[in-house]
Amino acid sequence: MHLKYESFVREPLVNGNKTYAQVTEDICRPIEQKPTRLWYMGFFFSLLLLGFGAFSVTWEVYWGIGTWGINRTVGWGWDITNFVWWVGIGHAGTLISAILLLFRQGWRTGVNRAAEAMTIFAVMCAGQFPIFHMGRVWNAFFVLPLPNSRGALWPNFSSALLWDVFAISTYFTVSLLFWYSGLVPDFATIRDRAKTKLRKHLYGIASFGWTGTAKNWQRFEALSLVLAGLSTPLVLSVHTIVSFDFATSVIPGWHATIFPPYFVAGAVFSGFAMVNTLLVLVRKIFRLEDYITIGHIEAMNKVIVLTGSIVGVAYITELFMAWYSQVVYEQQAFKWRVLGPYWWSYWAMMTCNVISPQFFWFKKLRRNIVFTFLLSIVVNIGMWFERFVIIVTSLYRDYLPSSWTYYSPTWTEMGFYIGTFGLFFTCFFLFAKYFPVVAIAEIKFVLKTSGDNYKREMLPLEEKSVEEFVHIVEHAH
Amino acid sequence: MAIKKFAVACYDDEAVLFPAVDKVRNSGYKLHDVYTPFPVHGLDVALGQKETDLHIAGFCFGITGTATALGFMSWIFTKDWPINYGGKPFFNLPSFIPITFELTVMFAAVGMVLTYCYLNQIMPGVKKHIFHPRQTDDLFVIAMEITEGTSEVELIDFMKSTGAIETNVQIAEEGWWYGRWDKEEAYQKQLA
Repeated sequence: MHLKYESFVREPLVNGNKTYAQVTEDICRPIEQKPTRLWYMGFFFSLLLLGFGAFSVTWEVYWGIGTWGINRTVGWGWDITNFVWWVGIGHAGTLISAILLLFRQGWRTGVNRAAEAMTIFAVMCAGQFPIFHMGRVWNAFFVLPLPNSRGALWPNFSSALLWDVFAISTYFTVSLLFWYSGLVPDFATIRDRAKTKLRKHLYGIASFGWTGTAKNWQRFEALSLVLAGLSTPLVLSVHTIVSFDFATSVIPGWHATIFPPYFVAGAVFSGFAMVNTLLVLVRKIFRLEDYITIGHIEAMNKVIVLTGSIVGVAYITELFMAWYSQVVYEQQAFKWRVLGPYWWSYWAMMTCNVISPQFFWFKKLRRNIVFTFLLSIVVNIGMWFERFVIIVTSLYRDYLPSSWTYYSPTWTEMGFYIGTFGLFFTCFFLFAKYFPVVAIAEIKFVLKTSGDNYKREMLPLEEKSVEEFVHIVEHAH
Repeated sequence: MAIKKFAVACYDDEAVLFPAVDKVRNSGYKLHDVYTPFPVHGLDVALGQKETDLHIAGFCFGITGTATALGFMSWIFTKDWPINYGGKPFFNLPSFIPITFELTVMFAAVGMVLTYCYLNQIMPGVKKHIFHPRQTDDLFVIAMEITEGTSEVELIDFMKSTGAIETNVQIAEEGWWYGRWDKEEAYQKQLA
């Protein structure tokens, strides 16, 4: 048996005087109560956005891709920008649930459920863009290597775009399985305390008949560990492959070996910003401040300042390499990127992504909820601009000056983007109402080592001699 | 599955549960199962359970994915429909790696989750007997089987002596796959 002790010096992960029953009560309460007026307002507003998105997409499919602002020179516009942006946001969920599990970071338990949900919804949104960008969307299944009557015509397995199809679909599937396998025991908890027949029935189906035997839990832990081990390289591979969409081409501004690590860092950066945006609200609305503590928020802000700085270094490296490569096309592309007609997008990106997260070097600001919330939105905006800068400012002036152009989106493109916000928040509102937002079983698992009240009990023990201390702690069971 | 009689003991602290499990295993009574609301580390060892082989299943599924992806792409690009991309070799292994990796992960994850559901006998719609509604909340439940030769009263007394806060006797059917959980429902109807 391991030493079941954690020093009080380390901030508690669960605040307040909690028992196992209280944990269940706190997290299940929002599910068992009627939704608040705020929830209805938010939900229907999201549905409205989703409806507008559906309308814009229908319009585009009916009239053709010409309703978008993209043209022969700028073939990728808002659509691919939004695709990369949403995929990037998804990365934080997997980082929290998988990589932090492997690194034994206890604080992940409070936030992993919501972050993983965010991953799944973000990937769902991301997937829409390349599909509808195809134009003749009814032929989208051509990307799948299915036996077919077109002379057994296969997709090109050497294309980075096809790698993306496999990467995104695998990422979505594995995230969903990981998330749901963790949800099953928590659904069983809700099922067993359900007061109404309908709730008992529905959560009974959702919980797969889970009872929680010792062997079940042993397999549960083995499964989460292996899924975490699989998701860790997966999450790195997904954004690496997204970056290959650009890096394997010979477009100045894209053809760079720095892209994979730079994209992964950027993805984690934007993802954590989105997690902060959502959790600051969720903890307030559902009164989960004891489980999603200021400590959790601070930990995520530390990741934001780290990845933000990595991204900043990457931007500067890009500029340096353009100059150092002595390739005139590369140099000109970057000169225009910084000072050309799209200068505003470059400087928006620089301000939001490199300068603003530096405030998080200050502990006071890292632990300030309002500041965190505002800054997380700034970072999200900045990361959107990063993708816009990479895509549009590399394309709009190509090798042939007569085809130089200036790209702006049309209302259908914007509507499509707004629609994915609708999709994302509709899913998130449903999740927040009907799913346990914090992993109940995992919180109970860390309660006695990291709970505030249990840690306090350890304080007098810390005064004792080493032998006495080890004796008491080790035989605590 | 068969209908059986169980003595059920509930504990409210894992510090009491561990010595109780030890006592139960040494007592000679037939232990049915232990139910906990969250993974209690070391309980599988205390119960003398082997480490699960789920990882091995995961590895096998993963290898299957690797072989599927590599085999399929190689066959297409060398035999079925070779395409000349700027004079590059038909069998261009480096560009097969991303998809091979993704399919390895996909097969391993999907296969493992299905294996996990099969081993745990969980699936949408499966019903199992819940010995105590709080076994998924805050109680640790030990279910003992009352076999023909067991004295019910003695067993309950013994369970109380291990520190159980609540004990009772239940008649239940072990939950299993679809459609097999009918005897307990019939029994409950008979009672009502």
